[in-house]
Amino acid sequence: MNVSYWQGLLGGILIGLAAVMLYWLNGRIMGVSGIMSRLLQKPSMDSWWRLSFIIGLVLGGILYPWPVTVELKASYVLVIAAGFLVGLGTVLGNGCTSGHGICGIARFSKRSMVATAIFMGTGIITVLLKRMWGL
Amino acid sequence: MQIIVSFICGLMMSVGLIISGMVNPQKVLAFLDVTGQFDPTLAFVMAGALAVAMIGFKWAASLPKPCLCAAFDSPSKTSIDTWLVTGAAIFGIGWGLVGFCPAPVIVALGLGVGKAGVFIAAMLAGMYTAQCLILLKKV
Repeated sequence: MNVSYWQGLLGGILIGLAAVMLYWLNGRIMGVSGIMSRLLQKPSMDSWWRLSFIIGLVLGGILYPWPVTVELKASYVLVIAAGFLVGLGTVLGNGCTSGHGICGIARFSKRSMVATAIFMGTGIITVLLKRMWGL
Repeated sequence: MQIIVSFICGLMMSVGLIISGMVNPQKVLAFLDVTGQFDPTLAFVMAGALAVAMIGFKWAASLPKPCLCAAFDSPSKTSIDTWLVTGAAIFGIGWGLVGFCPAPVIVALGLGVGKAGVFIAAMLAGMYTAQCLILLKKV
């Protein structure tokens, strides 16, 4: 088996552990789009744990000591369009890859299974069309 | 205490996303590129995360309450409505355009990727727009 598959599995286990820990200790679903978007609403007591989760995410990137590959070929226009669609879609659809794809499916939520199938599907179609159109 | 826990969870998720290669949009796009140079790594990430989370959530269901607060706050909606379907479809398009979803792009910002900051700004604008749309519909 390819090394990157093992790394994927290991990274996935770590993500799964984080999701379980947040639910078991704090009773919260680890859905990053929800954590992020609710920070835009009126501040409340819940803003603190949400903020510290996001700080943890950023700090992990800052403190990680080994080289990391990030290949991003997209133009600024594409990055802005994609960012806007991701923000719009995750709030309307109530979740993203972490909330629906991991926590939701692990809870056997039908909504999350449907959402994950849909966003994977439109993602695959988008990549296909992008290549056909040479974007 | 809950704030420290969520910080540690954020940190763990961040390292998980880095180790798995999911902070690299190219790797995510290669997973979605089923008819081209397909890279199945994301499926392994999902498998690892789901295996742990399924056991963990099942176990949590037998607990009367979380360790550090009064009650579990889990989504109660069960119906598959237009919002869910439309939103997920829009999210998938954005995801397929660049290869970033909300968590990895935040980690990428920490790694010093400038375009991740631009993506996040646009994402927040999209989130705000959606919140306004939902409010408008409710009135």
